[in-house]
Amino acid sequence: MRNTEPAAARTTSLATRLGIALVLLLALGGAAVAVAALAYGRSAARQTFDRLLVGAADQIAGAITLRDGAVVVDLPASAFDLLALAPDDRIVYSVVAPDGALVTGYDIAAPPDDLAGLYDGAFTGEPARFAVARRRFAERDFAGTVDVVVGQTTRARAELAGQITRNALVVVLGAGLLMSALAVFAVRSALSPLRRIERVFAARSPRDLTPLGVPVPREISGLVGTLNRFMGRIDRQVETMRTLIADASHQIRTPIAALRAQADAAAEETDPERQRAIVARIHERSVNLGRLTDQLLNHAMIIHRADTEALDRLDLRTVAIRTTEETDHDFGASETVLRLDLPEDPVWCDGDALSLVEACKNLVANAFRHGVPPVTIAVGEETGCVHVAVRDRGPGVPEEHWSDAQVRYRRQTGVSSTSAGLGLAIVHAVARAHRGDLRFRRPVQGGFEAAVVLPSVGVER
Amino acid sequence: MSWALALASMLALALPAAAQPAPEAIGDFGAEEAAERMLLRGTTDLALFEPVLDAFLATAPQLRIRYEQWASDDLYDVAAAACRGEFPAADLLISSSIDQHVKLVNDGCARPYRSAATAALPPEANWRDEVFGVTSEPAVMVYNRDLVPDALAPRSRFDLLDLLRPADTRFAGRVATYDIEASGLGYLFAFADSQQATTFGSLIEAFGRTGAVATCCSAEIIDAVASGEFLIAYNVLGSYALARAAEDGRIGVVAPEEYTLVLARGAMIPRQGQHPEAAGAFIDFLLSEPGREVLVDAHLVLDVAALLPDADDSLLRPIPLSPVLLVGLDQQKRAGFLALWRETFPRE
Repeated sequence: MRNTEPAAARTTSLATRLGIALVLLLALGGAAVAVAALAYGRSAARQTFDRLLVGAADQIAGAITLRDGAVVVDLPASAFDLLALAPDDRIVYSVVAPDGALVTGYDIAAPPDDLAGLYDGAFTGEPARFAVARRRFAERDFAGTVDVVVGQTTRARAELAGQITRNALVVVLGAGLLMSALAVFAVRSALSPLRRIERVFAARSPRDLTPLGVPVPREISGLVGTLNRFMGRIDRQVETMRTLIADASHQIRTPIAALRAQADAAAEETDPERQRAIVARIHERSVNLGRLTDQLLNHAMIIHRADTEALDRLDLRTVAIRTTEETDHDFGASETVLRLDLPEDPVWCDGDALSLVEACKNLVANAFRHGVPPVTIAVGEETGCVHVAVRDRGPGVPEEHWSDAQVRYRRQTGVSSTSAGLGLAIVHAVARAHRGDLRFRRPVQGGFEAAVVLPSVGVER
Repeated sequence: MSWALALASMLALALPAAAQPAPEAIGDFGAEEAAERMLLRGTTDLALFEPVLDAFLATAPQLRIRYEQWASDDLYDVAAAACRGEFPAADLLISSSIDQHVKLVNDGCARPYRSAATAALPPEANWRDEVFGVTSEPAVMVYNRDLVPDALAPRSRFDLLDLLRPADTRFAGRVATYDIEASGLGYLFAFADSQQATTFGSLIEAFGRTGAVATCCSAEIIDAVASGEFLIAYNVLGSYALARAAEDGRIGVVAPEEYTLVLARGAMIPRQGQHPEAAGAFIDFLLSEPGREVLVDAHLVLDVAALLPDADDSLLRPIPLSPVLLVGLDQQKRAGFLALWRETFPRE
């Protein structure tokens, strides 16, 4: 029975998020523009109609003459034509003699503080704007200032201000719609590389774990890089599993065949004494086989951990010490043949202690098996790197094989009674999983050194 | 249809003091028992306006209208008094003195009214949605066809000036126009003329030189022309002239060729009016198609084709409803204009 494929967890769609952001932006922007446009419209309308008002007041002031010592105004129709440019507004005007007497026009309140210029007021219950013009006379029979006040209701101003605001808002609305259309287009074109990747993946065979070759924009290259690294890791794990299974089947099949042959021999043996000897060998062999199986599984686990476990901050010296302790236990080696060469200060790196200890144990085991004692575990620090190295006095791996040692020796080692011979392959895998490397070297004092080199993390603690 | 006519003199007799302004005539229209009442004050002659009221009441049978006919200046005075709350307000005012209407609106005495019909009016016939031009009446010259043959009749103001120019002209003392002190409409026409063209100065000068007569009221002037007392009357309201010419063969009517002033009587709803809905309905009726037909029949809407067969619109000068009309009502402007007038037409 096959489960239905679980749908990917969904968050709000990009289009919706963009839509919300745009609506917010447009609403806030629209409100800001509306306020600004209203303020601008009001000031523009005020300036426009103030000029008409002042012009009309000046025209009336210009029409003032003196006749026999009395103020006479020949009210110019042109002044009212000017004011009628605000067609629906009421007009109020007054011409006041220096003694405060009304010469002509409406009997309205005098301008506040005798100011000359413009001020706000009201006329028959409607808000109005007033302009004051003054005319000074200094004649023999008349001296003083004649005040002309012209006022007009503000209907046309409000209308013009509203019109300017409306026009501005129409522009904002248009711009908003255009921006929305552009945003939709932009999202579509921005997401098109993702759809391309989707198509490439859909067309792939399940076994194809090679990196994606699709050209993508810089913004998505991170995602593709991560995807490629992820696939690479899976690829490595699959490869490791395949190698392990191949090795394990190869290495376990032979001892089991030997066991079966001995069991057959034991079954056919009639001499009880020799039969007992064969059974003793069978026992010894099966114990070894058990240990071998343990080791194989252990190694599989190490390699799996190396690729999956999170890395912790740790001191490489503890790795060396734990290696020594566990190797003592495994090999029963004495201090004379296994030495530690540790610095005084901690040597920090990011790593998985268990994997690193296993890697070191492998190196030590190799040194014991193929090298010449004494074996030294050294921890050190170079520029940008830290290392844990295992040295012995033997000739080590020939230099022409250093570059492919981990492959070559996996195959060559074959089966022994106590080791699966996966040593260098595991060490290499662990080093790679720690973004480091397996390095060989011949130290100046002679012998051979294999080292796990890891990137340094500095001295902060 | 019953309507009572009371003459101003009779009414004045009934009043304790003659100082109180009073209507020239009063008429009641519509069923006695009608639910709604409306008081309409106007300057239009009752006889001329009656068919219009009858036609409107045919569409509004629930309404009873009292029509008061007032002299234009009196109408303004009572409307301004009503605006101050010192006199009972009418529900609707229709006046030929549109400058005074504009002043009433400017002083905040009107109530705005908006309808599809008022919205369709051109800007010069609607100010602030408070005063509306409801008629279309030319200012014309009227002549006596018996005494002034059609061929000799003036076609323009220049013709009139030419007739008055000879020293021994027979038109001396026999040309009449409105007394602008007594007639608000006459003042409006004269002032519009003074704004319109320079011929006005020459005309005033010619009137003064030949002893032209300034007198009151359309009906009286036209009667005097018909009787031959006056040969020519200048700036007579076309609605009255054409109405009389239709009945009286002695009356000839000419629209001046260089330009013809066209007056649209103003209708406004006073702020203090009690029945603004009925008033609005009446305005809508006047602006409606059936209303227009009745007004044309009453010569209150100019039939351009009949009066000016080869007229084009450019010589028609509608007097716009605009605050510019306030200029003529300015105390000093008016005083100056009347002083000029007085020099021409000295009081006997």
